[in-house]
Amino acid sequence: MANTSLLKLEDDDNIAAASKRLGMSRREFLQFCATMSATLGLPQGAEAAMATAVAAKKRPSVIWLHFQECTGCTESLLRAEHPTLEKLILDVISLDYHETLFAAAGHQAEDARKKAMAENKGKYVLVVEGAIPTRDGGIYCKVGGKTAIELTKECAADAAAVIAIGSCASWGGMPSTDPNPTGASGVAPVLGKPVVTIPGCPPNPYNFLSAVVHFLTFGALPAVDHLGRPKFAYSRLVHENCERRAHFDAGRFAMEFGDEGHRKGYCLYKLGCKGPETYANCPTILFGDAGGGTWPVGCGHPCIGCTEQGVGFAKPIHMVAKMKNIEPPLGYPRIVEEKGTGATLGAAAVLAAVAGLAAGAGTIVARNLGLSHRAEELERLEQTGKNPAPATTSGEKAGV
Amino acid sequence: MRADENPRRNFLKGCVAAGGVAAASAVAPPVAARETRQRPPEALGLLFDATLCVGCKACVAACKQANENPAEFSTVDPLWDTPLDTSARTYNLIKMYRHGTMETKDAETNGYAFMKTSCMHCADPSCVSACPVSAMTKDAATGIVEYNPEACIGCRYCVAACPFGIPKYQYDSAYGKIGKCELCRHRTKDGHYSACAEVCPTGATLYGKTADLLAEAKRRLALKPGSIARFPRGNLSGGPDQSYEAYAGTYKQHVYGDTEYGGTQVLKLSAVDFEKVGMPYLPPEAAAAHSETLQHTLYGGLAMPVVVLGALTWAARRNVHRGGDSNGDGGSKEGEK
Amino acid sequence: MAHSQHLAAPVGGRLLNNATLVAGVLIAIMAAVLLARFIFGLGAVTHLNDGYPFGIWIVVDVVIGSAFACGGFSVAMLVYIFNRGEYHPLVRPALLASLFGYTLAGISVIIDLGRYVNFWHIYWPGYANINSVMFEVAVCITAYVAVMWIEFAPVFLEKFGLHDIRKKLDKALFVVVALGTLLPMMHQSSIGTLLVVMGTQVNPLWQTQMLPLIYLLTAISMGYGVVLFESCVAASGYRRKIETHLLDPMAKVMLGVLAAYLVVRFGDLLVRGALGEAFKPTFVALSFWVENFCFAAPFLLIGNAAARRNPAKLFLAGVAIMFGGVFLRLNGFLIGYDTGPGWNYFPSAPELLVTIGMFSIEVLGYIVITRTFPVLPREEAYIKAHA
Repeated sequence: MANTSLLKLEDDDNIAAASKRLGMSRREFLQFCATMSATLGLPQGAEAAMATAVAAKKRPSVIWLHFQECTGCTESLLRAEHPTLEKLILDVISLDYHETLFAAAGHQAEDARKKAMAENKGKYVLVVEGAIPTRDGGIYCKVGGKTAIELTKECAADAAAVIAIGSCASWGGMPSTDPNPTGASGVAPVLGKPVVTIPGCPPNPYNFLSAVVHFLTFGALPAVDHLGRPKFAYSRLVHENCERRAHFDAGRFAMEFGDEGHRKGYCLYKLGCKGPETYANCPTILFGDAGGGTWPVGCGHPCIGCTEQGVGFAKPIHMVAKMKNIEPPLGYPRIVEEKGTGATLGAAAVLAAVAGLAAGAGTIVARNLGLSHRAEELERLEQTGKNPAPATTSGEKAGV
Repeated sequence: MRADENPRRNFLKGCVAAGGVAAASAVAPPVAARETRQRPPEALGLLFDATLCVGCKACVAACKQANENPAEFSTVDPLWDTPLDTSARTYNLIKMYRHGTMETKDAETNGYAFMKTSCMHCADPSCVSACPVSAMTKDAATGIVEYNPEACIGCRYCVAACPFGIPKYQYDSAYGKIGKCELCRHRTKDGHYSACAEVCPTGATLYGKTADLLAEAKRRLALKPGSIARFPRGNLSGGPDQSYEAYAGTYKQHVYGDTEYGGTQVLKLSAVDFEKVGMPYLPPEAAAAHSETLQHTLYGGLAMPVVVLGALTWAARRNVHRGGDSNGDGGSKEGEK
Repeated sequence: MAHSQHLAAPVGGRLLNNATLVAGVLIAIMAAVLLARFIFGLGAVTHLNDGYPFGIWIVVDVVIGSAFACGGFSVAMLVYIFNRGEYHPLVRPALLASLFGYTLAGISVIIDLGRYVNFWHIYWPGYANINSVMFEVAVCITAYVAVMWIEFAPVFLEKFGLHDIRKKLDKALFVVVALGTLLPMMHQSSIGTLLVVMGTQVNPLWQTQMLPLIYLLTAISMGYGVVLFESCVAASGYRRKIETHLLDPMAKVMLGVLAAYLVVRFGDLLVRGALGEAFKPTFVALSFWVENFCFAAPFLLIGNAAARRNPAKLFLAGVAIMFGGVFLRLNGFLIGYDTGPGWNYFPSAPELLVTIGMFSIEVLGYIVITRTFPVLPREEAYIKAHA
């Protein structure tokens, strides 16, 4: 982790060996590490640490279980191309048990699992793909005579980390859709403890790989939210970074498939897009490493909310999403905003000057009037009986 | 000294005249109090449901566009439209109620809520009653409160009169106009309706006949909070059905605008107390009715002014009979005390 | 103290002095501010905003200014309607102040109007809205300004020796006088009615159906207060004999009107149950008590006959009642007016300078006219000049 410059790694022997092993050029390998680091949202320098780790560290042992699922998660991993994932999972990690990818079968395969577990006790990573049926003692899914529940518990007991890949393993996914005849459940409730979940149907392979590489580099899985989802991938709503967001804000919506708005690429919210209630990073890293900048919303189909429990496979596709606003927009005007201008220094000074002058003048006038009145009263008292004196100007100088 | 003409008697006569004036006021033709007007039967309006509003401000942007208004800035850098309140160039605005930690939408404590601010199109608008030159008028059929800058003298009495603070004046202009929502009446000939309702993604702002909107509002109040129900969008009284399913809000059991000032054509539903989201308490009788009752009681048919003028002329004629204001004849009697 | 004659005569003297010079400078400043207003708009020089669309140009210059200008109407009513001819010497000076007050109020309105070019719409049948209180006020004030100029015309006709026209005018003067009494009654009450349509925005202390009566009674009593004030200031300024023998009984009439007003005011507050507002710990409540203290002060100052002979106390009573009226109007239109929380208003310096400039025109005009035209009662010192 000391080396923080990717460029310095160009001539590193370990890096050269790792890239050769992965069938990539050195430059491609370093780019892959940089992409991974960016997906994780890690600071500059982490990509170099990752490259070093991938190149030098012992490949972590991975045990991959399949239960109620379609193997879509594995398929999507296999179709990742930067680098081709079959190379990566064989060379970056030591995939010691994977029912789909295994050449071995039957007891041979089960033995491999047991061997790997014993050899890497407390150090291997357990990945679960697919939901776990819980009804009737879990009899609806058995591998090698053991129920999914038993297998999960057995493998999880000595695992360094448990990752639930795909929505099925994360929260039940499609098999758990009402009426859920098998009692399909996610991994966490079965184990009775939280696990890292990578929901999605299928999930983006980079979210999974980034989590694994993070484990490889830093010895721990990335920070997760209350549902066990890595925050680097699932802390933002699809709606928040959606490329069609500007249309939503401007009130431009596709009203039906194929209409003018749809053809112009307007917001799909009114067609039932679940982006506003679905946490995933699809708009930023797109979907399934399919290439060509494609992802469902980019292709004109509303997001179905596959990562989100209670949304994907639960709400009809046409049903309008319930907006989740995590943070109320603080830039909005309050109900009461301070408006208008109060007293300024200049205005107050002018007013004070006028008030002072008026008060002063008023006082002088009142005093003069009072004085002359008193003088008159005195005069009248003294000169009682005499003719009144001709009117004189009795007021003192005041005013004009 | 008060021989030939008794000032006291004259004073008393003056008092009689004044008494006559007072009596005339008291028994003036009992002009019937001007009742608070009700909405026209075909009145058009909006229904704003704060629980459906997601605060996207599409309505604010659409309103600006439809009325060709410029952006207004409240930030140091003029980046995008950020008005703090409606203005003569912002006819419609979404404001946000905020309390405490602002965790929950539509919660009064530690929550936040959105509220649309725009013309309520009162059944008995104060601005129309106030305007001395008929620049503010209420359409007899649609009930839209309309503004005509060609007639306006810019006295801003409408601004002062409106209880919602809606008509606003362009103080920054040498020859400013009043600006307010006119329900996009200029767009109806193109088959459009209020832009804010046209673009609202959730139907939080719904356009239609106020009678229909009121029925819709009352239907929503009767829904069980949290239950799934259908909510129309766009134009309630015509146009394609854009309704969708959503969850019913926890409404305050009152349709704002049902009775306020005799009713408004724009109605509002909210989960937060209406006064807290800036909708003032208003009695069912319109201020315009009070004002016009007074105005027409005093001046209806000019009856009272004519009677009073008669009495005053009679009194003045007696007292100004020698060219009362002539400078030189004293105008009147000795003033010795 | 016999005043066998109370002919009016010009005061005479130089027109250019310190007072007129200061007034002239202030008027020039106002002109500069108004130039900016007409080029850049109201917002450039005022602090007017949509929460306070009526600023001091309306509330002080028009609403309060016209109430101050009720001296002419109040005294004319006393003289011509109640036939108290002894007050006749007070008519012309009071009328002059009224003339200025109203004319300037009219000009202030034009300045304040946003779309002043359309001003004529108020009088045009196609546009005029007879339901509008503003319409009533505007038409009525316009008519009154015209009537007042006719009422005051004899002064100019005398000066320029147009005796034929003068005689013709005299014959019809009683109609003019009657109109000159009716019109202020109409619009001064309607200025109060202006608040009614503002409804709940006006604090209950000032929002009532009795507003027309309240504003009318205060306008009348302010009229007498202004005459007291003016007579005292004119006497002090021009070093003339003060007409205590006239002011004393008039002050009594003023107290009567004032008493009637206070009965109406507090009766109304009690009947509506709005008095509670006055006991809340708010600035508005304080302002209410200041207002009513000003209205009650004259009873303390000149409640007895001896006090009424003291011009200083008459002066102070006049000032108090003027302030009462000022606060009543400020409270109704600005302090007790609340269009919703968040709005602030305090007049800007240029805004104040315009109001001060208007006041300066009034002072300057008063000095020029009283020095050149026969307005103030003739003093012995000047009799020989006109004998």
